[in-house]
Amino acid sequence: MRTTRRTFLQGSVAATVATALSPVAAHAQDKTAASRRIPSTGEMIPAVGLGTWITFNVGNDPLLRDECAAVMGAFFDAGGRMIDSSPMYGSSQPVIGYGLQKFGRPEALFSAEKVWTSSGANGPRQIEQSSAFWGVPRFDLIQVHNLVAWEEHLRTLLEMKRAGSVRYVGLTTSEGRRHDLLERIMRNEPIDFVQFSYNVVDREAERRLLPLAAERGLGVIVNRPFRQGELTRRLAGKRLPGWAADLGVASWAQFILKFILSHPAVTVAIPATTRVDHVRENLAAATGPMPDPAMRERMAAYVQDL
Amino acid sequence: MSEWWSYRPEDFLLFSPRVYWRMFELHNAAVWPLQLLTLAAGVVMIVLVARGQHDHERAEQPWGAYGRWIAIVLAVIWAFVGWSFLWSRYATINWAAAYVAPAFALEALLLLVAAVLADGLTFDRRGRVAWAGYLLLVFALAGQPLLAPLQGRTWASSEIFGIAPDPTAIGTLGLLLLARGRLLPWLVPIPLLWCLLSGMALRTMGAPEAVASFATVVLVLAALFAPFRDRRDASA
Ligand SMILES: NC(=O)c1ccc[n+]([C@@H]2O[C@H](COP(=O)([O-])OP(=O)(O)OC[C@H]3O[C@@H](n4cnc5c(N)ncnc54)[C@H](OP(=O)(O)O)[C@@H]3O)[C@@H](O)[C@H]2O)c1
Repeated sequence: MRTTRRTFLQGSVAATVATALSPVAAHAQDKTAASRRIPSTGEMIPAVGLGTWITFNVGNDPLLRDECAAVMGAFFDAGGRMIDSSPMYGSSQPVIGYGLQKFGRPEALFSAEKVWTSSGANGPRQIEQSSAFWGVPRFDLIQVHNLVAWEEHLRTLLEMKRAGSVRYVGLTTSEGRRHDLLERIMRNEPIDFVQFSYNVVDREAERRLLPLAAERGLGVIVNRPFRQGELTRRLAGKRLPGWAADLGVASWAQFILKFILSHPAVTVAIPATTRVDHVRENLAAATGPMPDPAMRERMAAYVQDL
Repeated sequence: MSEWWSYRPEDFLLFSPRVYWRMFELHNAAVWPLQLLTLAAGVVMIVLVARGQHDHERAEQPWGAYGRWIAIVLAVIWAFVGWSFLWSRYATINWAAAYVAPAFALEALLLLVAAVLADGLTFDRRGRVAWAGYLLLVFALAGQPLLAPLQGRTWASSEIFGIAPDPTAIGTLGLLLLARGRLLPWLVPIPLLWCLLSGMALRTMGAPEAVASFATVVLVLAALFAPFRDRRDASA
C-alpha cells in the first residue's frame, strides 16, 4: 500500500495530538516508535540502521573483520535491519559479506546499497559486483550515491525495480550538498527514498527537504547523525541536561538520535560504529519516549549553548 | 563532480588511523624476514655511495658498476613495494592506491633504464646537496622505523625501507640527491609526489608522521632548485 499524503498527514496529526498532551510521547506508543513505516509500501523498518563508511573499511585484517561482524551480530540481535554501504567505501562491502555469511544471512537484513560511477553504462556491472560482495541475490534498496550521473542511474534503477531485481530506489547526498537538485528530483521522480545529513546542529533539511519528503511520501534516511563522530566527541566531556532522563536518554549519542528520529518525516537514521556497546546504545535510542516539537527546540538550544 | 569546493581532505580519507597502522603490522608479519634484507640493502647502498665517492676522487674505480647495482636494487624494491604493499594490501582499504601502484612500477622501469644507460645515474655528487641526501637516507633506514614506537604503537607496525612506501620513497630521494645523470629529472617526480600524497593522508589522519613526508619534499625541492645548489660539485 502506498501511503498517500492524506494518510501520512493523518498519522502525523495523531502523533502531534499525542505529543501535545505531554512533553514526552507516552510510553505506550514506544513499540511502534522503534519502527517506522516506509511511505511507498507501508513496510515497517526499525528506525536505527547501520552505516559502514570508514568503520567497516578494514581490508583483509582478520581481527578487525571479526570486530565488524560482532557489531553486525549485535545489530541484528537488537532488532536492527538496514545496513547502508557503497562501492565508494573501500572494503566495507566484502566486510559486510563476511559478517552476513558468519550469521547465516539473517532474514531481517534490509540491504541498502548505492551505485557510484560517473558512467551510467557501468552502473549495472557495479551493482552486480556489489551484490557479489554482500553475497545477496538482490538489494532491498539501491541509491544513486551523491547524485553522481543520477539521470542515467535512476533510469537503470527504475528499470530494475520494474523487473523485480530491487525493491526500492533512492538518491543520496550529504552535508547539505546539492539540496536544490535533490529537491527537484524529489518533486519529479518516482523514487522511494532520499538520504541526506540531518542532526541537532545541521538542521538545514528541516526547511525544505524533510517537509517535501513528507508531502511526497518519500522515505528519509539520515546520514552522518553524529557528524562522523565529531559531534559525539565534542559533547563527550559535557553533562547531559537533567531532563534528558525523561526521554530515556542515557548518552549524548542517544540524545542526538532521539532528536533526529523525532522528526516525523525521518524514516531511518544510520549511525556507523566499530563498537558493539555503541550499536546497542544507538538501537536503544529508537525505543522509549520521543520528544515533542517544543522539547526538540529545547534539545537543539541546549546543544547550541554548550 | 560539482561542488567539489565543499569537500575537505577528510572527505577523501576512507579508513581510520587504527586500520591504517594495523595494515603495516600485518604486512610486516606477512613479509618477515624480508625486512632484514631490504635494510641490509639500504646500508650497503650507503657504503657503496660513500666508497664510490672516495674511489672516484682517487680515480681508482670505474664508477658505473656501483651505480648500476644500486639502480637495479632500487628498481626491484619499487616494483616489490608497488605490488606487495600498494596493489595487494593498501588498495583493499583505499581504492586510490590501485591507481598509484602503476606509478611505482613505472619508477621501477625508469630505474632499470637508468641502470642500463651509460650515464643514467652516477652516485658521485658531493657538497651540501649530497649531505641532504645522506640525511634522508639515514632517516629512511634508521629514523622512520622508530616513529611507530615513538607514537606509542608497536615495533611490529614500523615502516621499513623497501617494505613500506614512505621510507622507500624518502630513501630513494636521498639516493637521488647523491646522484647525477641524464635520468635524474625522470626519477625524482614519482617518489616526490608519493611523499606529498602520503603526507596529506597522514596530516588528515592527524598523524605527526606527516611532518617527515612534507619535510622531505621541502628538502628535496630546496636541494634541487635553491641557489645553494653546489654547481661546482654537480659538474665535477
Ligand atoms: N553521501 C552519502 O551517501 C553518505 C555520506 C555520508 C555518510 N553516509 C552513510 O551514513 C553513515 C553514517 O555517517 P558517518 O559514518 O559519516 O558518521 P556518523 O554515523 O555520524 O558517525 C560515526 C562515528 O560516530 C561514532 N559513534 C557511533 N555510535 C556512537 C555512540 N553510541 N557513542 C559515541 N560515538 C559513537 C563512531 O565511533 P565508534 O566506532 O567509536 O563508535 C564513528 O566514529 C555512513 O556510515 C554511511 O553509511 C552516506
